[in-house]
This record gives sequence, structure tokens and C-alpha cells, in this order.
Amino acid sequence: MRTVKGLISRLDLELVAGEKAIGNDIKSVYIGDLLSWVMSHVKQKDVWITIQTNINVVAVAALGEVSCVIIAEGAEIEEITIKKAEQEDIPLLRSNLSAYDLAVEINKYLELK
Amino acid sequence: MTLEEVRHLLDAEVLSGHEYMKKEVSKAFSCDLMSDALTSVEDRTLLLTGLVNPHTVRTAEMLDISGVVFVRGKVPDEDTIKLAKENGIVIMITKYTLYVSSGILYSNGLEGASILHN
Amino acid sequence: MITIKLKYQVEKDDFMKAGQASSNLKKVLKQLGINSKIVRKIAIATYEAEMNIIIHSEGGSIDASIDPEKVKIIVRDRGPGIKDIELAMKAGYSTASQKVRELGFGAGMGLPNIKRCCDEFAIRSSFGEYTELSITIYHSGNNTEEGGE
Repeated sequence: MRTVKGLISRLDLELVAGEKAIGNDIKSVYIGDLLSWVMSHVKQKDVWITIQTNINVVAVAALGEVSCVIIAEGAEIEEITIKKAEQEDIPLLRSNLSAYDLAVEINKYLELK
Repeated sequence: MTLEEVRHLLDAEVLSGHEYMKKEVSKAFSCDLMSDALTSVEDRTLLLTGLVNPHTVRTAEMLDISGVVFVRGKVPDEDTIKLAKENGIVIMITKYTLYVSSGILYSNGLEGASILHN
Repeated sequence: MITIKLKYQVEKDDFMKAGQASSNLKKVLKQLGINSKIVRKIAIATYEAEMNIIIHSEGGSIDASIDPEKVKIIVRDRGPGIKDIELAMKAGYSTASQKVRELGFGAGMGLPNIKRCCDEFAIRSSFGEYTELSITIYHSGNNTEEGGE
């Protein structure tokens, strides 16, 4: 089973919030920054990669039941967003990699035998 | 026309949003009734009004208005200026009347914003 | 389908806080990346409705639900209700006090302006009990933001 926890150690991701839920399993990847669009396309158990960091990212992630959110390219995360992610038990991760590079690496992880 | 040009033409004093004076406005709307202002939906509109209270700024916020000119030398209170600063809205005050202010801007090429009719 | 729900309480005569609910909703819609022209229409409709609660009623609430296609806003107040809805919908008809007019409102443009801003509009009122507005604005297909600030 592929989990957020496994992903964190494999991709060396920074765990910013939501440690309680890093046992979530992951199925696929979704990349998007326009939240109103993401709302209609993200799926359950997706790893969602975005550079948006406002508080509504957490609302969309929680409602969409994603397994975690990865903030790409080391974007600065608003304090209120971190707090909200902690409250909602949404693993909020960060990486200096681009969304593309992250997706490539996650794909490798998902295809591991 | 930039907000800086508006300030210059109206010999106005800036009370909030000094950092946004380079923003452009392409239309203007003059009125003392916010209900009327709310019928205008054009982009980059300047609002001229003699109504000095926080509701003017709230209305500007709803309409994405970047600049408000208070006419007839009226000075807004602290709450009004604070709300404008929070929302990045430029406030300036001019001694000219609403009519004269509008006339000066119009004759310098700033056209009136159109409103939607029912 | 994901629906974000927001709820705001609005008190009667609370002119100090007037517009806070609309301002907050507007910020959320902007952060969701909804087209700025559509956001403005929603903000105007909500602000007019919020002022109506403050001016005319005994208090009420604004419930917004945002899904990938539309924003639906239910505005419900307790209070006097509207005796003649057809008359209230007429531009220029107003029962607002002089004090409210001095604040720049009460021109009798509120309800017609709300209707003009939205795609679906319904109003129900029971005289002496409540007024409820249902406002729907579609935003999908308009997701592309031009330019921004």
C-alpha cells in the first residue's frame, strides 16, 4: 500500500501540518491551482499538488477527501492555512521541486513493485 | 488616467493607498447614493462622492473600485480610512464640488462609467 | 461533488459591521479563482441583501454554497416581511428611513439590483414573519481569469 508517510520519506518532503493523517493511502495525483476548477476534478485519495497556499486550499482538500496536499516550488504557506490543515487533519507537505517533477517522482513511487 | 493624474488635476490630498497611485482608471462615476453606485459594473472605475462613511469604502470594495475621491473638502473618519487601507483602496479628498471635480476629469478625457439598466 | 458552505449571521441595525459578510464571501470567491466579473456580481448581490437585513429586518443569516458550477446564496431574515413583493421589486420603491438614506442606501434599488446581478432569483415572504431570497449565479465556463489586478 502506498501511503503519505511513504511518500514523505521517499521524496524528502517537508511535513508542515496534519501529521496525524500521514497514514492515508494514495491512489493518484492531481495538479491544479485554480481552486474552483480543482473542486470539480480532484478525486478521493489523490495527492494534490498546487502552488496555492490560501486557507481555501484546505477546505477544497478536506471536501475532496484527498490524501494530502503538496505545495510545490517551496511556496510560502500562510499561517492560517497551516492551522486549518492541522485542525482538519489534512497532511500539508512542501517541496522545492516543481509540480511536474513531483508528479514524475510520485508516479515512480506508485509503480514500485 | 492614473490615480496620480487624478490627484494632480483635482489638487487632492491622499489619505490612504499612497502606494497604488500608479493604478489606472478608465471610467468614473459620481454620486452620493451607494445604491446607485452599485448599479455600475465596469472595470477600473473611479468613484467620486460626497458621502463620507465606511459604507462608501465597502461599496468600492464590492465593485473592485481602486480609487475614491471625497469632494467638497469632506474628511472621512478613522474607521473609513482604516477600512480603505485594509482593502488597498486609494482615498483622496478635494476641495472642489462633485460637479466641478467631475467636469475637470471629464474634460481631461476620463469618461463616465455606464450603468446597467433593467 | 465538492461544495463549500459558508454561513454568516447578520444583526439588525449593525451598521458598523455592515458589509463584513459580503466582504468575506468575496475574498473566498477570489481565492477560489472565480472570474472577477462574476465575483463582483455576487458581491454586489450579497452586499445589497446584507444591507436589506440590517436596514429592514430583525436580523438574519446569509448561507452561501459554492460548487464547481455555481454559487447559491440563501438570505433569510426574521422580521416584518414584505407586504407587496411586486411593489418592492420596483426600482425606486423604498420604505427606508431618513437615517438609512443619509448613509447612502434606501434608494429602492436593492432588490432590482440583486435580480439584475444573478442568473436565478426567487423571493418568498410572509408578511410579519420573514423574507427569504434565493440567489444563484453560475460561474463555470468562466474560470479563466483575465489579467487580475
